[in-house]
Amino acid sequence: MAKRIDVSGLSAYYSSFRAIEDISMAIEPRSVTAFIGPSGCGKSTFLRTLNRMHEVTPGGRVEGKVMLDDENLYGAGIDPVSVRREVGMVFQRPNPFPTMSVFDNVAAGLRLNGSYKKSELGDIVEKSLKGANLWNEVKDRLNKPGSGLSGGQQQRLCIARAIAVEPKVLLMDEPCSALDPISTLAIEDLIGELKERFTIVIVTHNMQQAARVSDRTAFFNLSAVGQPGKLIEIDDTERIFSNPSVQATEDYISGRFG
Amino acid sequence: MDISTKKSDAPPPVSPPSETEQKRAARGVTRPGDRVFLGLSRGSGIFLLVIMAAIAAFLTYRSVIAISKDESNFLTTFEWNPTAVPPSFGIAVLVYGTVISSIIAMVIAVPIAVGIALFITHYAPRRLGGPLSYVIDLLAAVPSIVYGLWGALVLAPQLIGLFGWLDDYFGWTGILDWQGGAPRSLFTVGILLAIMILPIITSVSREVFRQAPQMHQEAALALGATRWEVIRMSVLPFGRSGVISASMLGLGRALGETMAVATVLSPSFEINASLLDPGGGTFAQNIASKFSEASEMGRDALIASGLVLFVITLLVNGGARMIIARRAEYSGANA
Repeated sequence: MAKRIDVSGLSAYYSSFRAIEDISMAIEPRSVTAFIGPSGCGKSTFLRTLNRMHEVTPGGRVEGKVMLDDENLYGAGIDPVSVRREVGMVFQRPNPFPTMSVFDNVAAGLRLNGSYKKSELGDIVEKSLKGANLWNEVKDRLNKPGSGLSGGQQQRLCIARAIAVEPKVLLMDEPCSALDPISTLAIEDLIGELKERFTIVIVTHNMQQAARVSDRTAFFNLSAVGQPGKLIEIDDTERIFSNPSVQATEDYISGRFG
Repeated sequence: MDISTKKSDAPPPVSPPSETEQKRAARGVTRPGDRVFLGLSRGSGIFLLVIMAAIAAFLTYRSVIAISKDESNFLTTFEWNPTAVPPSFGIAVLVYGTVISSIIAMVIAVPIAVGIALFITHYAPRRLGGPLSYVIDLLAAVPSIVYGLWGALVLAPQLIGLFGWLDDYFGWTGILDWQGGAPRSLFTVGILLAIMILPIITSVSREVFRQAPQMHQEAALALGATRWEVIRMSVLPFGRSGVISASMLGLGRALGETMAVATVLSPSFEINASLLDPGGGTFAQNIASKFSEASEMGRDALIASGLVLFVITLLVNGGARMIIARRAEYSGANA
């Protein structure tokens, strides 16, 4: 079910500005890969190339290859809409649809993909909410608006919405940066459970978080403002945080810059 | 030096401060700028209420005079003879004509306006969207008498073909049966009003759609929504109350439109089963065409009909507010 991602020679542009340059990496299925690096180094941009969300930005353009198992996401005749149904995404700020109830939020992706019987839909919604560790908190208010939940609950609702359609990969763009420490802990625990079923890629500014949740860590950097971001190295998380092979990684992790 | 020590060092006041002085001190310092602004804004609010009350009082006072002299039922009579002895007039025809022509206008204008607004904000390339918005705003600047002349001289003759077609295929319904008279009917008025209210509905809807939060559109995209599905899931629900408000603005204009209707419609004091046959009338058109030659009694009768239009407009606005408030919990503004 979870799929392997293989990126080779990928660059992304905003109009004529090259935001990331020549990135190649492999992301293993059923594992958590964390992206760390200073602001502006292109880790979020890179994440958004993995489900073809980058090209939604005006002027956004991508060169290179992203293989999902043996299918090139940027191959000819590939529909970005169907890519996004395979590669789910959770955003920095919780963004449940404000006009929909909790139930409808989780069912939103399913309703796009086809018609389900009411009981079937109910089962999947329950399963997804349980999968996002939210079921016990919302089971009595499935018909209340999703925007009435707390920030941490909203983010778990967004995770439930993303996993309801059974994606192969789950991308998370700083999913905890708008949350308090307790909600953050809940999401981190959840990530540990979800990696049994999905390939997870998470962008984070919090290095303790990367160390806690991820199996592999990729460090991105840029040589100067206005220069494209580059992948410096990717390795087992333990190694990156104890004995990285590049000096720049060690400087960043230990708080010494430049 | 600290303020508290300054106070304790100061000699005790000769006389204790009066009660009003103490109250003023508790409220803190008021600056002249604040007071002027408070006065201005409060004054504007009160002024608006006074104007509304004055209009309502004027309309009610004159209406009561007229209706008390009316020999027939003011609400149900198909006749307008305030100068007859005894006076006999009623607004049934006007209510029907006003409501029907406005409904036709809304049915035509709202979907088209929402479509244009979505096209400008979500489909058209920026180079096309800008000029298109400008042209539509320009439509709103055309004086209504010009619309009236265009409607009577250009639009109405062009509608003969459409009326014939409607009569051929839908004549059996009765409401679209056409006897072949001049196409200056309530249906023509409805089409003209639709064109006139299109700009206001379009520009308000456009502004609302433009503010639809990016994060909800991205949420839909990331679930694998197509462009239309993104609009359906995140843009339209967000813009719903805005589109209703925009439609009410348009409806307000359609209900009260005077010169264009008076120019296009060939009026009569009867209700036709068919929308295509000439005849009927609206409040504003009736007042405009009769006011200049009316006696004092005639004027009071027209003012009474104006009061009814005022009430209808208030009801429509109140209804729209209720629709918006009922779903406030799910409003896109909660995001």
